[in-house]
Amino acid sequence: MATFQDLKTAVAENLHDGDVVAFEGFTHLIPHAAAHEAIRQGRKDLTLVRMTPDVIYDQMIGMGMAKKLVFSYAGNPGVGLLRRLRDAVENGWPNRPEVEEHSHAAMANAYEAGASGLPCAIFRGYLGAGLEQVNPNIKRVACPFTGEMLAAVPSVRPDVTFIHAQKADRKGNVLVEGIIGIQKEAVLAAKRAVVTVEEIVEDFDDVHPNACILPRWTVSAICEVPGGAHPSYAHGYYDRDNKSYLDWDKIAAERDSFQAWMQDNVLNAGPQDFAGRVEHLRSAK
Amino acid sequence: MSDLGFTPDEVMTIAAARALKNDDVCFVGIGAPSAACNVARLTHAPDITLIYESGTIGTAPDVLPLSIGDGELCDTAVTTVSVPEMFRYWLQGGRVTIGFLGAAQLDKFGNINTTVIGDYETPKTRLPGGGGAPEIASSSGEIYITMKQTKRGMVDKIDFFTSFGHGTGGKDRENLGIKTKGPTLLITDLAIWKPDSETKEFTVVSMHPGVTREQVQETCGWPVKFADQVEVTPAPDETELKTLRDLQARTKAAHEGTGRGKNKFGSQRDG
Repeated sequence: MATFQDLKTAVAENLHDGDVVAFEGFTHLIPHAAAHEAIRQGRKDLTLVRMTPDVIYDQMIGMGMAKKLVFSYAGNPGVGLLRRLRDAVENGWPNRPEVEEHSHAAMANAYEAGASGLPCAIFRGYLGAGLEQVNPNIKRVACPFTGEMLAAVPSVRPDVTFIHAQKADRKGNVLVEGIIGIQKEAVLAAKRAVVTVEEIVEDFDDVHPNACILPRWTVSAICEVPGGAHPSYAHGYYDRDNKSYLDWDKIAAERDSFQAWMQDNVLNAGPQDFAGRVEHLRSAK
Repeated sequence: MSDLGFTPDEVMTIAAARALKNDDVCFVGIGAPSAACNVARLTHAPDITLIYESGTIGTAPDVLPLSIGDGELCDTAVTTVSVPEMFRYWLQGGRVTIGFLGAAQLDKFGNINTTVIGDYETPKTRLPGGGGAPEIASSSGEIYITMKQTKRGMVDKIDFFTSFGHGTGGKDRENLGIKTKGPTLLITDLAIWKPDSETKEFTVVSMHPGVTREQVQETCGWPVKFADQVEVTPAPDETELKTLRDLQARTKAAHEGTGRGKNKFGSQRDG
C-alpha cells in the first residue's frame, strides 16, 4: 500500500545493495531525481534494468554502482553514444559490468510477462539477429499448435522499480499520461515500486476513465518531487530539456568532467533542486 | 552546397521521402529516416501514418524530434499506446508496411549493424544497440534503409547482425521462416539501390545528379554492381527543398533553445 514519503527515505527503505532495479520511463517521465538519490546513497552491485538506459544509466555506471546491465538501446537519444557506459564496457572504468542485451520487443515482452506472473515471454523475434548468439537468455520454443519457432526470454522481475508520474491523489493512486512507455508493466512486475510525482492532488474525479492509473495498492512509496524527471519531461508540466542532453555528451566525454559534474549536481544537490531546473521549461499557460 | 543548388544530404533525404506513399504505415527510425518521413508527410503524402517506437501512432510533428519520445510526437499523434502494445499488436501484428532504418554498418545484402564495432565481448566501439530494429527488420512489410556512403559504413562484412536483411542473399530470408520482404530500397547520399531479384545483392539503379560511378565505388566497401540501365535521380524541386530546409531550421531552433522554440513557429501540420 502506498505511503507518502520523502525521496531519501523511500530510496533508503526500498533499494538495497545487490538489488535488481528498474528505472523506467521511455524518453518521457524518466525518474532522474530517484536515480540521483540512489547515487547519493551509494548503492552498489546493482543489476540495472532499463530499455533505453540513456543519461541516468550513464551516471550510475560512471559512479560504479552497476554489477550488471540489462537493456535494449544504450544511447543518448538523438545525441549519440553513452560515453560512461562505453568507458565501462570498453575499458573497465570504473568497473566492467556484465551485459545482458535484448531488443525493445524482447524487453517490452519480458516486463509484460513479469507483470503477468509468467516465467518467460514468448514472441516472434530475433529472426536472423546476432544477439541470439551472444545472449544465452534468448532461446527458441516451438508453438505447440503450429510448430512455429518463437523467441523466448526470461521475464523481468525487479526487486524494485522506480518511475516518475504526473500526479498522485491523496489516497496514493498514481496517474501517468502522454507517452506511457513501459512504466505500468515495470511497476506491476516488481516486488516494490517507488513513484515520484509532479504533484499530489485531492482526487482524480476530473480524469478520463481510460487514463493510465496505478492503484495505490500496487505502489510502495510516493514522493512529491516537482521537476523530478529533468532533463526528461513531464507532459503537461514542462518540456524536454534537449540542450541538457546535448551538453551531457560533452560532460560525460572525460572522466574528470563527469566526476566534477556529478559532485556539483548530484552529490551536493538534493531532490528539491529539480524544481528550479525545470522553471524555464514550463509551458507558458 | 554544390553548384547544383542542393547538398548530397538533401538529395538523399528527398529521394527517400519520395519513396513513401500516402497510404504507407511507416515505423520511423530517428535521424535521416525521420527527416525523410516527415518531408514525405509535408509534401506528397499528407496522410501517411508515422509510428515512433515510443508508442505514438499517426504523429505529425512540427519539428523533427531529438528522440523517439519527444512530447511533440505525442501531442500530434492520432493515438499513443504503451511500448508492449506497440511491439506486440502493431509491429508483430503486421500493421506496418515500411520499416525505415539507418545503419552504422551495412553490407550488400542489407544486413545492419548498430551494436558493436569489433568483437561483441571486447568491442572496439560499443554502439547503442538494436532498440526496436531487430523486430522492425523482420516484421515490417518492407525495409527502407538510408545512410551516407563511407567505406567504414558500407562494408563487405558487418561485425554484428543487429538486424537481418537478406543474410547471404538468395532465399536466406524465407529459409529462416521470415515472411516479410526485408530491405527493398537503399538510399544513400550518392545513389538509389535495389536488391537483385535473385541474389538480393543491392544494385545501383539510379545515381543522384552529378554523381559518377567512381564516386559510388570509392565510398563503398564492396565491389559495386550497377543495373543495366542506371537512371539519374530527378533533382529535388523547389517545394521539396523548401520543405526540408524549413523543417530543419525549425528543428535547429527548437533543439538549441530550451525545447520551447517549436512554439514560436506557426504550425505547418496537416491535421
